[in-house]
Amino acid sequence: MSVGVVMLVHTALHRAEQVIRFWVAGGCPVVVHVDKTVPRKTYDAFVGNLSDLSDQVKFSARHRCEWGTWGIVAGTQAASELMLSTFPDVRHVYLASGSCMPLRPAKELRRYLDARPGTDFIESATTADVPWTVGGLSEERFTLRFPFSWKRHRKLFDRYVNFQRRFKLRRRIPDGIVPHMGSQWWCLTRRTLSAILQDPDRETYDRYFRKVWIPDESYFQTLTRLYSQHVESRSLTLSKFDFQGKPHIFYDDHLQLLRRSDCFVARKIWPHADRLFEAFLAPDARGAAGAEPNPGKIDRIFAKAVDRRTRGRPGLYMQSRFPNENWENGVTSAPYSVFQGFAELFENFEPWLARATGARVHGHLYAPDRVHFEGEQETFAGALSDSPALRDKNGRMFLTNLIWNTRGERQCFQFGPSDTQDISWDIAKDPSAHIVVISGAWAVSLFQSNANFADLRTEAARLQRIEAEHLRALRSPYAKAHIRIWTMAEFIENPMEALQSIVDLISNKGMRRLTEAPRMVDLNGFGQFLQNLKNQGMHPYLMGDFPVDPPAENATPPKRKPYLVK
Amino acid sequence: MNDRTREIRPDDIIVFSTFRNENVRLPYFLDYYRKMGVGHFIMVDNDSDDGGREYLAGQGDVSLWTTTGSYKRARFGVDWLNWLQWQHGHKHWCLVVDPDELLVYPFCDTRPLRALTDWLDASSIKSFGAMLLDMYPKGRIDEAPYERGQDPIDLACWFDAGNYAISKNTKFGNLWIQGGPRARKFFPTEPDRAPALNKIPLVKWDRQYAYVSSTHMLLPRGLNLVYDEWGGEKASGVLLHTKFLDTFTVKAREELERKQHYANSHEYRAYAAGLVENPDLWCKWSEKYINWRQLEILGLMSKGNWA
Repeated sequence: MSVGVVMLVHTALHRAEQVIRFWVAGGCPVVVHVDKTVPRKTYDAFVGNLSDLSDQVKFSARHRCEWGTWGIVAGTQAASELMLSTFPDVRHVYLASGSCMPLRPAKELRRYLDARPGTDFIESATTADVPWTVGGLSEERFTLRFPFSWKRHRKLFDRYVNFQRRFKLRRRIPDGIVPHMGSQWWCLTRRTLSAILQDPDRETYDRYFRKVWIPDESYFQTLTRLYSQHVESRSLTLSKFDFQGKPHIFYDDHLQLLRRSDCFVARKIWPHADRLFEAFLAPDARGAAGAEPNPGKIDRIFAKAVDRRTRGRPGLYMQSRFPNENWENGVTSAPYSVFQGFAELFENFEPWLARATGARVHGHLYAPDRVHFEGEQETFAGALSDSPALRDKNGRMFLTNLIWNTRGERQCFQFGPSDTQDISWDIAKDPSAHIVVISGAWAVSLFQSNANFADLRTEAARLQRIEAEHLRALRSPYAKAHIRIWTMAEFIENPMEALQSIVDLISNKGMRRLTEAPRMVDLNGFGQFLQNLKNQGMHPYLMGDFPVDPPAENATPPKRKPYLVK
Repeated sequence: MNDRTREIRPDDIIVFSTFRNENVRLPYFLDYYRKMGVGHFIMVDNDSDDGGREYLAGQGDVSLWTTTGSYKRARFGVDWLNWLQWQHGHKHWCLVVDPDELLVYPFCDTRPLRALTDWLDASSIKSFGAMLLDMYPKGRIDEAPYERGQDPIDLACWFDAGNYAISKNTKFGNLWIQGGPRARKFFPTEPDRAPALNKIPLVKWDRQYAYVSSTHMLLPRGLNLVYDEWGGEKASGVLLHTKFLDTFTVKAREELERKQHYANSHEYRAYAAGLVENPDLWCKWSEKYINWRQLEILGLMSKGNWA
C-alpha cells in the first residue's frame, strides 16, 4: 500500500520538479495539476523534463486556479480522480502544492499512514468555531454568492456582498451538509475520497460550492464529514498564516527549526531557498523515525511575528511604529517616577533616593538651562544630549526615548514649575508614570533666595500658576498615572511615612524600614515669608496652611537628625 | 555616458545613485550591493574629477551618466534620478542610495534582498523605509584613513542608539526624523536645522511615482506610509551612513565652497565649524555596531511580521 501525492503547481516549476522526483524516489506516485495560466511552452517543457518518470508521474486536465475561486477545487478533483484510477495501490492521497516541501523521507510518511489506515487527516471545523477568517467573511462564505474576483475586481466584490447583505439575499445550503472549514492541504483515504468524488449528489454539491467564497478551504472539509469513518482534524502539512491570511514563507535560516518540527510537509518555501531544497530533498535525508509532528516552536515564532506587527513593542516610537494618540499600547515602555518639590524640601535628596531605592535618579531633566542627568553627565543612555533645545524640540520623545533606552533600570527625575512643561499631560496620562508632588514646595527656593522681594513676588505668582496648571492635568479624569499629591503643610506633618511609601513602591521590596532620612531644609521663617507674599497681594495657596509663627513644639526642628535610630 | 540598461532583466533589482568624487568608496559599495543580489546599477556622476567615472565605465553591471549641471538646481539630484527611474525603473524594485549608504534589513545576513522584495510583493507592500543611521569612529574623524575596498564599518562602527525625535509631516504623510550625532554635536542649539534621517529608499517603482525631496518622501502620499499608526510595527531597515570617515573633512570644505547643498549649505557650514572645534563624535553612551539583530532589539528597525 502506498501514498499518492496530488500536486497543484503554478510557479517555480523547476522546484516542483525537484519535489516530484523526491516523492517518486520514495515510492509515491504523483499526479500533477498545472494551472491553466502557465504558458503552453513552459508546460510542455516541464512535462518533457519529467518524461523519464512517466510511469509514476501523471498530468491531469488543467483548470484556471485563481485564489479564492472554484478552479482550485476543480483541479484537485480532476487530479484526484486520475490518481485513484491510475494507481490502484494508493490508499492515502496527499494534497500538496508546488511550494510544499517534504521535511521527512517519504518512507516515514508511508509508515505513519500505514499505522493509521482508516484515518483522514483534514482540518475541518464549523464556521462558528474558527477564528482565522480574514476579511470578515465566515458564515457568509456559505450563504452569499461570489461571482466576482476578490483580487481583480475588489470593488465589485465588495459592492455585491453589501448588496446581498442589504437585501438579505441568502443562498440555501444543500440538504444534508453542514459547512466546515479548514486548511486546504489534506491527506484523505481512498475510501473517503472516492466516496466524495462518486457521490450521486456531487452535481448538486459542486453547483453549490462553485459560488462559495474560497471553496478550497471548505469543499473537501465539508464533504469528508459525510463519509469519513475517522476524521483527524489537523493537517499533516505545516502551514502558518499571518494576520492578513497569507502564508508565512520559510527561508534557509529556518532549516534547524523545520528539522526539529518533525512535520512531514511544510509550506510555503521560498523558491530560492537553495539550502532547504538541498537539505530536505537529499536522497539520504533522515528524519526522526516514528516521531509525531510537533510544530509548537514554529507556531510560537510566527505568533510572535503577528504580535509584533499588530501590537508592537509598547513605548517604542520609531520609523515604522508611530502610533496615533491613545493607540500606543503604553505611552512609555517601563515604570518611572517623577518627583515634584522633594529636591526643594530636602537637602541632597537625589543621592539619598538613589541609595534608598537603587534606581537611577536624575535632577531636573526639563530645566531650562540644561538637562540635568544623573551626575550632570553631558550625555546619557542612547546618547541623549543635555542640550535643552534638542530636548524641547520634542519633549515627549525625550521622555519616551529615555525610558526605552534604560529598559531594565528604573528612572526617577525631578520636575517642577520652573521646568519646561511640555510633558505635563503626557506623564499625567501615562499609566507607567508614578508621580509624587509636594505642592507649593517651589516657594522654598524663593524663600532661601536673596533676590528682591518684588521679583520674588512676581516669580511666586508665575510658579504657582504653572504648578496649578500641572495639578489640573494630574487631577483630570484623563490622568492614568499613579499619582499622589500632598500640600507642603500636609507633607511635613509626617514626612517619613510618605517617603517610606514612595521607596516601597519604587524598590518593590516592601516593608524594609528606612534607616536613613534625608535632611529637610531649615523652614524657620517660612510661614512669615508666605505671610509677606500675602501682604504684598499675592496669595500663595498650593503649600497649604502654614501658621505665621508656628508653636515651638510643632515646628520642624531647626537641626533635624540626619539618621533615624529605630 | 555608458548605457548598459538594455541588459537589465525584467526581475532585476536596480540601484540608483548619484555621486561626486567618491572613487575610493565605489568598489566596496558595488561589492556590497552585488552580494545582496542587486542586478544593475544606474549611476549619475556629478562632475567627478577623481577617476571614479573611469572606474565605473569598466564595470559590466553599471550604467553611467555624467552631468556637469548644478546639483542644487537639480533639487539635490532628485530630478536626475526621477528621470532615470521613470525611464528604467518601471515595474522594478528600485533602491536609491548614495555611495556612503549601506542598507541593512531584517535577516540580511541570511536572506538576499530578493527574499525581502518577494515578501513585500506577496504582502502587497510597495515601499520600504530605512532610516539613516550616522556611523562614526571613536576618536577624531580624520585619524584612521579609509582604504579603497575596505568595509567602512571597520572604521566607523559607532552610532547613537536612542536620541531621535520623530514628528509627522501632515502634508506628505511621512515621518520626519531628526537626531543622532549630527544633531547632538553640530546642531545642539538649532535642532530644527539638523538633517532629516527618514528615508524610503526601496520602492517597487511605477512611472507614476516620484521622489519629492531626496529619498525622504514620495508621491503619491500612500508610499510614505511605511509606519503603522495603530500600535503595530511594520518591517523596516536601516541605512548605515558612513559619511564620517577621514574623507569627510576634505569633502565638507569642498562642498562648502561649491554651495550646492540644501539650505545654503548650512549643514556643511556647521560641520566645518564643528569639526575644527571638536571633531570627536563618540561619547561614552555610543553603541558599537554588531548586526541587524542588535538594531532590531534597540528599536531602530523592525522585522514587522516577517519571520
